[in-house]
Amino acid sequence: MRLNFLPAYELKNMLQKREISSEDIASQCLKATERLQGKLNAYIYFDKEHMLSQARAADAYLKEICGSFNKKDGKYFDFTGIPVAVKDNICTKDIKTTCASKILSDYVPVYDATVIQRLKSQKYVLSGKLNMDEFAMGSSNENSAFGPVKNPWDTERVPGGSSGGPAAAVAAGLVPCSLGSDTGGSIRQPASLCGVVGLKPTYGLVSRYGLVAFASSLDQIGPITRNVTDSANLLSAICGWDEYDSTSINGGLHDYCQFLYDNIKGLKIGVPQELMSGGVDAAIKESVNGVLKLAESMGAVVEMTSLPSFEYALSVYYIIAPSEASSNLSRFDGVRYGYRNRDATSLRSMYRSTRAEGFGPEVKRRIMIGTYCLSSGYYDAYYEKAQRVRTLIINDFKKAFGKYDVLISPSSPTTAFKIGEKSDDPLSMYMSDICTIPVNLAGLPAISIPSGLSENNLPIGVQIIADTLREDLIFKTAYSLEKAINFNKLPVHLYEQ
Amino acid sequence: MKIISGQEVRHIAKLAELDFSEEELSKITSQLDDILEHVAIITRADTSGAEPTSHTLKISNVFREDKVRQSLAKEDALKNAPERCGDGFLVPKID
Amino acid sequence: MSSEKNNLKNSSYTDSSYETIIGLETHVELATNTKMFCGCALSFGAEPNSKTCPVCLGMPGTLPVINKRAVEFAVKIAIALHCKINSYSIFHRKNYFYPDMPKNYQISQYDYPLGSSGYLDVNMGDYTRRIGITRVHMEEDTGKLIHTGSSGRISESDSSIVDFNRAGTPLIEIVTEPDIKSPAEAKEYLVALRTLLLYLDVSDCSMEQGSLRCDANISIKKAGSQGMGVKTEIKNLNSFRFLQRGLEYEEQRQAALIENGEKVMQQTRHYDHITDSTKALRSKEEAHDYRYFPDPDLVPVFMDDDMVEGIKSSIPELPSAKIERYKSGFGLPEADSRFLASDKNTAAYFESCAALCKKDRLKSVSNWIIGDFTALLNKASISISSAKIKPSGLCSLIDMIESGKISIRSAKSVFEEMFNSGKEPQEIVKGKDMEQISDGSVLEKIIDDVINKNPSVVEQYKSGKEKAIGFLIGQVMAATKGKANPALVNEILIKRLKLNP
Repeated sequence: MRLNFLPAYELKNMLQKREISSEDIASQCLKATERLQGKLNAYIYFDKEHMLSQARAADAYLKEICGSFNKKDGKYFDFTGIPVAVKDNICTKDIKTTCASKILSDYVPVYDATVIQRLKSQKYVLSGKLNMDEFAMGSSNENSAFGPVKNPWDTERVPGGSSGGPAAAVAAGLVPCSLGSDTGGSIRQPASLCGVVGLKPTYGLVSRYGLVAFASSLDQIGPITRNVTDSANLLSAICGWDEYDSTSINGGLHDYCQFLYDNIKGLKIGVPQELMSGGVDAAIKESVNGVLKLAESMGAVVEMTSLPSFEYALSVYYIIAPSEASSNLSRFDGVRYGYRNRDATSLRSMYRSTRAEGFGPEVKRRIMIGTYCLSSGYYDAYYEKAQRVRTLIINDFKKAFGKYDVLISPSSPTTAFKIGEKSDDPLSMYMSDICTIPVNLAGLPAISIPSGLSENNLPIGVQIIADTLREDLIFKTAYSLEKAINFNKLPVHLYEQ
Repeated sequence: MKIISGQEVRHIAKLAELDFSEEELSKITSQLDDILEHVAIITRADTSGAEPTSHTLKISNVFREDKVRQSLAKEDALKNAPERCGDGFLVPKID
Repeated sequence: MSSEKNNLKNSSYTDSSYETIIGLETHVELATNTKMFCGCALSFGAEPNSKTCPVCLGMPGTLPVINKRAVEFAVKIAIALHCKINSYSIFHRKNYFYPDMPKNYQISQYDYPLGSSGYLDVNMGDYTRRIGITRVHMEEDTGKLIHTGSSGRISESDSSIVDFNRAGTPLIEIVTEPDIKSPAEAKEYLVALRTLLLYLDVSDCSMEQGSLRCDANISIKKAGSQGMGVKTEIKNLNSFRFLQRGLEYEEQRQAALIENGEKVMQQTRHYDHITDSTKALRSKEEAHDYRYFPDPDLVPVFMDDDMVEGIKSSIPELPSAKIERYKSGFGLPEADSRFLASDKNTAAYFESCAALCKKDRLKSVSNWIIGDFTALLNKASISISSAKIKPSGLCSLIDMIESGKISIRSAKSVFEEMFNSGKEPQEIVKGKDMEQISDGSVLEKIIDDVINKNPSVVEQYKSGKEKAIGFLIGQVMAATKGKANPALVNEILIKRLKLNP
């Protein structure tokens, strides 16, 4: 039995029945990781001893509460003893958090992100820190100071980005689930390219405290898992109001498992024609259409619809996100933490050389765009105008959700592309996020679930979008469609080579 | 027509405290120009009556009570300092 | 620079030939328990970097959360300055790199400040100047830089050390309209503002420790001419005196330039109190471009009427209202009222006395406070609130004077002893045998004795030199060691001298 390929909810059941130990799970995950790290480069950091000692501590805890199985005292958490891997832009106390950047290559946080504190309180097992595009800027995971991550389905191809590590690690069975972050599609697009489930929750549902900021009004942490049930469980574990995040939502539901039922009869599904247009591969459109047919056969009502302002979404995003980023990344200056050019003899030359050497080209490009858009004389034409167009996009969504329960679209316009294929053309790389970006601009929840494989055996993902805080509709729809699609494929061939 | 000139890029680099070599500068100037040309399509959008959105959340008045929380131990505050002097962070000559 | 100094000697700035226009920007550190956006305690003089946390060190991933009390304090200040409280206000990021800024942006308010369009009336003795308040906004303070090297000057040190204890301290910026017409008015504005802030109990307003800081913009123009002169910004005006002196110097310097046909440059200048002059700071390579934009980590502050009313009700009676009440309610002169209301503790002391005393004795209370009491407090450099003399003690002393129990002269020494020991006046008077002799029969004997011993003086008096009685009174006072009731002595003496042919 390969524990590292089992869903987290099954592992939980087996742990409760004492059929396996947390250490068993950790050992198998470690074995897989040791075998595939060289091939995939999914992790930036993992430490065998540290992982095993956490697993043993979880086992001790499970043993301690052994007598109270049937008590409803909530002591049995979904993630007690379950390994979770974490994207390396989420702060972990005493464990390096690099954002895949040279500028933070030796940075050790002195505090835990709120999501980490919550998982720690469940006695989870941190399996390690995952590779990503530097500061979450990218769609291919090629912008990492620690080298690119490879797609487990085809190691010559990218896993998507920026949560390339989290998607690849879960797809390859290195770990049952992981946490990523999504600013313009950084969870859903790699999940789609790696054939796993990636959820971007409603903005504010999960605390951003401890997530190294890229674009503060868009960033959101979310789970990457191999199935919808694990996604709901992991979201339940990390969501909820946080006094350390002014933008976290107070209230809302915190047990998303209750929405995992197989019934979408009468569900009204809208399909934005703008996301099924020329820019999207034919095979992907076909796969999404297949899913829509399934949905209809299950009693859902499917209609094409139009959200005309979507044509501006990519532009709005590439003004707002870099603008916020240019300010967020100012703090990396070689004074309090991180890399510093020690040869510089004056402050300004230290700043400039530190940042020039510490940041990679894509990060610098975005800092430059953002600085320009905010600078005197250009603010109104770029940043403020983009904020106004953002309102139009939100209004289009509002209108659509007046008519439909959910919107369904592709998660990505293409399947995984070759490493190096787009790395010299920023604009065509930016196009990778056209299906996912509008969702972030409106702060909505959306999930990507696998809908099939392309002719050359590459995963395709379908995106389900719902209105603010309607994660219930997301889970109900995703759970029903997951069953109907019955994707159930993993890149197990990796282990055979 | 060029949207952004090399001179402007130099000015922006200064504001952003980034050094670029001449070669990098000409490359990034043309890349920025491409990107800015692309994003310029938003000028076509009719935003009359649309307020700017900074936030998708409709929340306000989020406050913290004025209660003291434990500060970091000094050593933790200085733990990641690239260069320190005594209990302070050391920076080179301010110019 | 030296030629500039020389120019000043024959400067032709006089009050009538030029008009001065001054605007002030004042920063006030609030006396909250914690910082603006995190729970670190505020501290002055703590070990470097011992009052910091991930938030105020700008560590990656951290987020700000607004201190509620800081907002309440800011609203208090804005209300006291008659500002419009804006129902919607937001925080912006002001972006620039400097090592005392943990995030390399400062969270500040920009086009939606908390309060705007207020004023402060400043009493200038013979007139009152109403100074417009453009805005009152919230922001966070920076850390502190210590420049290495013996001089402590930035230009002479090879490196600097950063201490972030102060970073994130809640700061209120108060900006005036260019309504101030002279350096003296600028000083009085700051004095009045400080008094107001101390009444509101929102800051310790220590200029020495930097919790009250002031920058000024100043320009001059020929009297009656149109338009505005070129303004300079003066920094480092860290006391009332330096504020006035720095601006006076700058007035003279600008006038000298204009007289010599030179141009005033728009620049930032640093006031040096040792040379008593201002010096241009090295001009920055390029103008600042702060790239303000709304901070996406914070949500808007909505102030509804209930919240504003709630805060308003917590504001104590302010100096201007007190002055009116002292004048009309207590019948005190304007000058007394102003003096008593100029300090929150003095006013509180006076009002405690007022609650214990008859209304017709309040002028005496005022006299004592303004005179002997203030002199002793100044000498001891303590505040009236920590003085040993309690209001009840001062009232008893005044009672004793009014009822003729002790003379004014003895009262002064009794007061001094009360000030030093904290004893009640009755106790001091008893212990020292200082009670006034007001018993006519006792005095008569002594007076007769004095008359008998000084026949020649009595003769002078009788021959019409009425002033001679003064000597006799003096003799009686000497004989009673000053305890005789002088009015009674006078009365009896006249009676006796007339009786005795």
